[in-house]
Amino acid sequence: MKADVGAPLAPFGLGQLLRLPAYGRNIGGAAEFVVIPALALAGSLVLFGVFVALFRKNPLDLYFYMYQGAFGTWFSWQNTLTRAAPLILTALCTALPAQLGMVIIGGEGALLIGALSATGAALALQSAPPLFVDLAMACAGMIGGGLWIMLSGALRHYRGVNETISSLLLVYIALAILNYLVEGPMRDPTSLNKPSTREIGAANMIGSIPGTDVHWGFVLGIIAALLAYILIYHTVFGFAARVAGGNIRAAKVVGLNVGKLILIICFLAGAAAGLAGMMEVAAVQGRTNANLAAGYGFAGILVAFLARQNPLAVIPVSILLGGIGASGGLLQRRLGLPDASVLVLEGMIFVMVLASDSLYGRFGFLRGKAA
Amino acid sequence: MNFDRISRRRVLQGTAALTFGAALPLRPATAAETTVGFVYVGSRDDYGYNQAHAAGAAALKSMPGIKIVEEEKVPETDAVEKTMESMINLDGATLLFPTSFGYYNPHMIKIAQKFPKLRFQHCGGLWSEKDPKNAGSYFGYIDEAQHVSGVVAGYMSKSGKLGFVAAKPIPQVLRNINAFTMGAKLANPKITTQVIFTGDWSMPVKEAEATNSLIDQGIDVVTCHVDGPKTVVENAAACGAMVCGYHVNQAVLAPQAYLSGAEWNWEVLYPRFVKMFTAGETIPNFYRGGLKEEIVKVSPYGSMVSAEARKHADEVKSALISGSYVIFKGPVADNKGNTVIAGGISRGQTDPELEKMNYLVDGVIGATS
Repeated sequence: MKADVGAPLAPFGLGQLLRLPAYGRNIGGAAEFVVIPALALAGSLVLFGVFVALFRKNPLDLYFYMYQGAFGTWFSWQNTLTRAAPLILTALCTALPAQLGMVIIGGEGALLIGALSATGAALALQSAPPLFVDLAMACAGMIGGGLWIMLSGALRHYRGVNETISSLLLVYIALAILNYLVEGPMRDPTSLNKPSTREIGAANMIGSIPGTDVHWGFVLGIIAALLAYILIYHTVFGFAARVAGGNIRAAKVVGLNVGKLILIICFLAGAAAGLAGMMEVAAVQGRTNANLAAGYGFAGILVAFLARQNPLAVIPVSILLGGIGASGGLLQRRLGLPDASVLVLEGMIFVMVLASDSLYGRFGFLRGKAA
Repeated sequence: MNFDRISRRRVLQGTAALTFGAALPLRPATAAETTVGFVYVGSRDDYGYNQAHAAGAAALKSMPGIKIVEEEKVPETDAVEKTMESMINLDGATLLFPTSFGYYNPHMIKIAQKFPKLRFQHCGGLWSEKDPKNAGSYFGYIDEAQHVSGVVAGYMSKSGKLGFVAAKPIPQVLRNINAFTMGAKLANPKITTQVIFTGDWSMPVKEAEATNSLIDQGIDVVTCHVDGPKTVVENAAACGAMVCGYHVNQAVLAPQAYLSGAEWNWEVLYPRFVKMFTAGETIPNFYRGGLKEEIVKVSPYGSMVSAEARKHADEVKSALISGSYVIFKGPVADNKGNTVIAGGISRGQTDPELEKMNYLVDGVIGATS
């Protein structure tokens, strides 16, 4: 392997190598990247319709209510986008390390640590102006979450510990730390039956995007996804990361500092999830308690895989899953389906999208001239 | 219908803005009906907390002109705000029951402020003067039913050792553990209750492990305070121990092992609220009660419960209903030897001191932290 890949690369200087147009390869197959996931999605909707029909519910009603609940009214749209907001950020926690070939599934832990750090910052700065407090919260949240996932990266790089396992186990450690602090040192003594930290204060709360109920976390998520896309596909650093992800030995041969790449990417990934945690505190809950462990981190894994780890695709996929979540309520209320039916649909989409991987490159007409 | 499919796919393909204008009103046309929305944090067939509320909701279905909409497994995040708004906007709900403790602040408060003409009834007893007037919070003194269960458990235990699987050491839970133990001590003053905290409301694996480990220690009656007692009840029965239930009647899960239990009686309370609401009366913002007010009840005793146990438990129950009996009556010592309620002091159910309970009474083996 080393000889095969390393040898042709070696004559180039690193600078030359990194100036190659990294995105050129993707343009030809762009149509594939829209059509195949759309087919997979349509296939899973049909399959879900059959599943629902087995329970003697009309699949056409199902599609109608799903559409209405997710996108059919202005309210439904806001509902969908509100649910999508944390998913964009937590999905980046999985999608960024995936560029390096790492499977990080501990976004939930980074979210919790980010929320705790942000709450700690807000409580320490009670007398400061709100804008300053919010900025400090965002920084603390990103640093807290970033260091948390960086820990998994460091374990992988220095000790050879599998990052998937370590990041998952760190979720339970994060949850234990959160419960300990919320029920112990950081507990608001008046929170009797629902142990919580003190509130960050109404003045420090971040409001909604004007004219909507959707909090600013949605906009931050889109910005973060765009930045992540630019970083990965349009910078030298991102290209180096993808080289390391493609073949770590080749990357080492051409002199890339793989350890540094792993630590930085893991930090950025955790920072995104930490920011999601900070926004949950600053825009939704107003304090930290066990409510924060609502599974956004785990839903983010699903989003990242459905988006094929592409930071830009994370945005529409988050909106799609937000929409499925939003319509789930209407399915329960109008069709009497149990909550778990939404999980069935998500599972079907997941399997169909993964299975559709085998279709890439089989439709010549989709590839255009570049093929 | 096909039209909707196409629209949805267009939306997914990114031409979303189209649908903004095409917003269709979904409100049902039946104006004469009152729609009541129920939101549950877990599954409504959990044999526990959520099923108790769902049974209360089901009791409304027979009332004329009342329509029920329900949603389960809604987390305590902004998801519950959206669920309530969805019930209001899409189903026309005017009375809402967000039933989980963590829905109250900030979520229900926020929605109550946004819809000042609608009514919100929260389970947990958290309402205070600073909260919106169209919001209310109710709760039951279920420790009364636990106390009666404890009497039965005290008589039926041969080993003199009871077990209690609990979620978190918070006042509501401690009050149940203490009331249960104090009831058992009426039957057998030397009895002990070993408590295990699992750390969260729904942890089936830990609950099963805790139940098994309690029984391995020679405990022969187990009870619990977790969201879904199914695991505890089934495991205890499978190991040959007896059980006292919680939230709803779990006798169907273990008819040969089920002694008694502390149940919510939302089937009585919810129709009461809805009648007040449809008649245009004001529902009290802060509503509480126990056995007397029929907000809680005691499960029918299992066939194996002795006549002696039944007699004593019934006496305690009727004394609680008549109001002549106080559970937390001094002197009460905690399990570290400190006096927590001095002799001569009676802490009745409405006493705010009981809301801050942070101790386990003498006879309980375990620690609050």
